[in-house]
Amino acid sequence: MSDTTNYQSATNQPSLQRPSRLDRAKRLLSGIRHNRSALIGSGLLTPVILITVFAPYLTTHDPTAIDAAARFQGPSAAHLFGTDQFGRDLFSRVILGGRVSLLIGGLAILLALSIGIPVGLTAGYYRGKVDEVLMRMMDVMLSFPTLIMALLVLTMISSNRWNTILVVGLVYSPSISRVVRARTLSVRNQDFVLAAKARGESHRYIIAREILPNITSPIIVEASIRLGYAILITSALSFLGFGAQPPTPDWGYMISAARNYLGSSPWFLFWPCLFISTTVVGLNLLGDGLRDIVGVREINE
Amino acid sequence: MRFLALYLFKRFSYTVGVLFAVSLIVFGVTQAMPGTVAHTILGNLANEEAVKAINEQLGLNRPLYIQYLDWIGGVLTGDWGQSFTSRQQVSSMVLPRLVRSAELAVIAFLQIGFFGIVLGTIAAVKRNTFIDSLAGGVSYIGVSVPEFVTSLVLIALLAQGQWEILPQSGYVPRSEGFIPWLSHLILPSIAAALLGISHVMRQTRSGMVEALQSEYVRTARLKGMSETKVIVKHALRNGLLESITVLALSMGWLIGSLVVIEEVFAYPGLGRLIILSINAQDIPVVQIGILIIATVYSIGNLCADILYSVMDPRIDYE
Repeated sequence: MSDTTNYQSATNQPSLQRPSRLDRAKRLLSGIRHNRSALIGSGLLTPVILITVFAPYLTTHDPTAIDAAARFQGPSAAHLFGTDQFGRDLFSRVILGGRVSLLIGGLAILLALSIGIPVGLTAGYYRGKVDEVLMRMMDVMLSFPTLIMALLVLTMISSNRWNTILVVGLVYSPSISRVVRARTLSVRNQDFVLAAKARGESHRYIIAREILPNITSPIIVEASIRLGYAILITSALSFLGFGAQPPTPDWGYMISAARNYLGSSPWFLFWPCLFISTTVVGLNLLGDGLRDIVGVREINE
Repeated sequence: MRFLALYLFKRFSYTVGVLFAVSLIVFGVTQAMPGTVAHTILGNLANEEAVKAINEQLGLNRPLYIQYLDWIGGVLTGDWGQSFTSRQQVSSMVLPRLVRSAELAVIAFLQIGFFGIVLGTIAAVKRNTFIDSLAGGVSYIGVSVPEFVTSLVLIALLAQGQWEILPQSGYVPRSEGFIPWLSHLILPSIAAALLGISHVMRQTRSGMVEALQSEYVRTARLKGMSETKVIVKHALRNGLLESITVLALSMGWLIGSLVVIEEVFAYPGLGRLIILSINAQDIPVVQIGILIIATVYSIGNLCADILYSVMDPRIDYE
């Protein structure tokens, strides 16, 4: 409880007692340690992230090296995860593919944030006509199922990795802008914003220095949940044949290739499915946990 | 009541407005396409004369707004134009596939309604037991794991190898027998329903937990009513309020996920047609297909809002 009262007084007097970044990070970490979802989520994510980040140092084989004598093998000492239809090493391919999947998903969410945050801030801060126009535009984008919206854009531009990032970033920007707008509305009339207005600060200053720092937690929560969806949708797109570029494909493309050889080797399908599911389940759990951690604080405010 | 009517009218006109904007975007695809329409039809080496003739024939040299009005008029009156690649009428390509997708969607939707509510109620009644945690864990996986993974797992388990008890892919019309027809729908409909089942189940659980702890349920129990009667007669009525909203929303998710599921199961529905048509740059078919999906999706959202506002007396309509 003392935690929350501190936080409240800090938000009201930003220049005097705003908790330092280190304090906030510490509080977040202790929150994660005491929240079951967040704990399991980070437990699932940490190995996946470590493996994919250090993938180039962990690979045991050249991921494109073909070995016709060793097709469709199960896990063994020589091939940790087995081999695919060309006898390529699945372990090396899956962990390198994870880099592609996570990177594309991550960049797409960064793009969605860099569209959604300014739009949401502008709409929530200025309200009125600006709000109306911006939010209606976002509503229209939300009136397509996300995958369909992505496919529609991909009929107009050629499908490659960069365009996948662009499309998925666009598709998720409305939901982020909605969260940002709602939060902006809830803080725009708080004392510290009014004080800044009374001091005669510019709109830009108030938005960037007073409002934005106070709505970062819900943005992080939203982004972590959307990252899971972004990884899902980019995989779905490359599963459908949009955006993947062999010879270093992502998980979605590997799954799509593996489904033709279900009878020959279940392992080929198993590993990319396991990795993508672990990642998304982990991200969702972490996001839900973070929401609880941040949410408790909001109710008390 | 007057406020409710006004709200419904507003909400309805809002959907119409959104669909108008959607149609503008979908129409805009032809304008933003790589290469001109004429070159898509004729190939890149087509000579000037032929390009001109095709532009003339399709009316592409007219002002944009006239082209839009012409197109949207056709869409609304059922004249959906001609496919670029097969030269068939778009309607004769889309409609049979739409019917097949609808069959799949309806069967999946029935599963969402049934399993979502039943499992959610069980989890609420047995809350904080092993069954509840199990249901919670499974619903989490249902929300998180991509459809193409669950589809392929279903195929691997039930449609190939030693337990080949269901067909792996394809479609059999009902005229060839009810059982063959249904057996081809079982796996794809389960895969399509999982996401919705999970969401409805979670919502039902939380609604029912709240309802079971409420005053009126306690009163009913004190009156000596049997627990089954308490659940069915009192708790469900209030506990399901928001589940029904989620159910309506899940109609939209279902439509969106059909694209992937039809591809995995080689099911000849609308979603698969859209993917094929995007690859073939068959724009008229893509446009109609996406317009249909966006319309169903918006109607699902509209139903969710309307149901919620009609059922919940606490909402005020500004």
